[in-house]
Amino acid sequence: MRKPPLLLGLHARPGKYLKWLLAAVPFILVAVIYVTAAHIRHAENPRDKLLPTPTALSQSVHKLAFSANKRTGEYMLWSDTAASLKRLFSGIILAAIAGLLLGLNLGLFPGFNAVFYSFLTFFSMIPPLAILPILFIVVGIDEAAKITLIFIGVFPLIARDTYLAVKSLPQEQVTKAITLGASQLDVVYRVILPQIMPRLINSVRLSLGAAWLFLIAAEAIAAADGLGYRIFLVRRYLAMDIILPYVLWITLLGFCFDWLLRQLNNRLFRWYQA
Amino acid sequence: MQTPKRANDYLLHIEDLYKSYGNKLILDNIDLSVTSGELCTVVGPSGCGKSTLLRIILGQEAQDRGHIHIDGKPADFPDTRRGIVYQRYSLFPNLTVLDNTLLGFNLRHNWWQRRRQRKQFEQQALHYLSRVRLEEHAGKYPHELSGGMQQRAAIAQALIMRPRILLMDEPFGALDPQTREDMQLFLLELWEQEKMTIFFVTHDLEEAAYLGTRIFVLSRFYSDERGHDEQQRGAKIVADHHLPQVASASDIKKQPAFIELLESIRRAGFDPDVLQHAREFNLQHPDAFQTLTDSETGIDKI
Repeated sequence: MRKPPLLLGLHARPGKYLKWLLAAVPFILVAVIYVTAAHIRHAENPRDKLLPTPTALSQSVHKLAFSANKRTGEYMLWSDTAASLKRLFSGIILAAIAGLLLGLNLGLFPGFNAVFYSFLTFFSMIPPLAILPILFIVVGIDEAAKITLIFIGVFPLIARDTYLAVKSLPQEQVTKAITLGASQLDVVYRVILPQIMPRLINSVRLSLGAAWLFLIAAEAIAAADGLGYRIFLVRRYLAMDIILPYVLWITLLGFCFDWLLRQLNNRLFRWYQA
Repeated sequence: MQTPKRANDYLLHIEDLYKSYGNKLILDNIDLSVTSGELCTVVGPSGCGKSTLLRIILGQEAQDRGHIHIDGKPADFPDTRRGIVYQRYSLFPNLTVLDNTLLGFNLRHNWWQRRRQRKQFEQQALHYLSRVRLEEHAGKYPHELSGGMQQRAAIAQALIMRPRILLMDEPFGALDPQTREDMQLFLLELWEQEKMTIFFVTHDLEEAAYLGTRIFVLSRFYSDERGHDEQQRGAKIVADHHLPQVASASDIKKQPAFIELLESIRRAGFDPDVLQHAREFNLQHPDAFQTLTDSETGIDKI
């Protein structure tokens, strides 16, 4: 057989190191374009705020992350991150638990399904941001509202995905478990649940993007700290030197969580990789 | 004269069983009874309702009419009296072979009992795994096993709970011919040692005749007095043979008597052009019985 091409076509087999290199190319390209554009703008107007130079950016990062605020003694980036992550995790963990339980029961109990399935489908179509004002009115503008928004935003997706995962398991497994002596609760929590866990982690991974969206939105509207709050606060001063590092940081956090969850799945559920 | 057996004397007793999907009648007045210790095989053309019959016995599906008793008690929803080995999906993909085998124990005991008796359970599971020649693969997940190994693990998983009757739905249907033959020998061996009652569904006539001590032929190719509308008629047991249990050597498959038996079953059940009358089915097994309705025998027309 001929040697497969390195890059182009259906038969391409890029080598291991080449793959790493190729993956870096778009990142490098964007960085180069940004630096060039910043340079051009600064050549015209040295006080340009729109595209801060790399030097300005690194000074800003230093100030945000590594120097304490003189008045409060806090490091702004870290305290914002802590506040945001607390909300994000509370919301998504609650949503994962509720979604898992609802999806499991919907998928296994026809009676439960008959009552709640249509309602869940209907509920999941509500745009969560549209009911944010209701949340602020009902639960107030503190933490609870933000966590509830994240919960409402991602819980239907997790519930429906879990439901589909349960449905995709052959009915034979349920019968089989019962012939081995399983009670109805055993079937749900000891036979089916363990098989759904890797799928749950995957649907949490997919919901993370949406969870961030709702978090930032809630913080933008009513908060006193948090990553989203900061971005929308400094927007008034066109402070791109703060906004850009914050956006990069949020992206990086999201990427890391996704990676961590994937590793968790690979470690815990070896059988799922087949 | 021996007193005739009653429904309660049989391990499995089915009477007047009907099942239809939509307008199509699948199982049509099925009567059968099985005594303990038999290896019954059910064979018939594909789509005749063999698997439906098995799922109804298992309790996974409901019959339209008729009675099913196991040990004299109604069969009802699935329970531990019946074990099942499917063609696929018998093993749980998230459990190792050992854990799959242990599952029955784990499900029947609470957390405290499991902790205390774990060693004992494991020993028993390993014993069964060695019986199905899988002790070296105890730590593997099902997807790491070949098809034949998966089926052996599934048999161990079902056997260890000692069901009253082991139902098998084309368990070797997805295996290659060589593995299949190995598995047949293996099943016979296991059946002789364990003295189990097995209800084995297959579409392979040779397999059915080779394995069974008793063979049911399920087919819709027959005639009775209900006219010629095929839609109104479902599959019946058209033959019920007692097979003398022979040495489990596979050369029996070449003996003339065996070949003749296959021929007669093929005529009775598989040939759409040969239509036996319902009154003339070859039901020579001592446990066989048949309850024909008046319209089937034609009495109502006289």
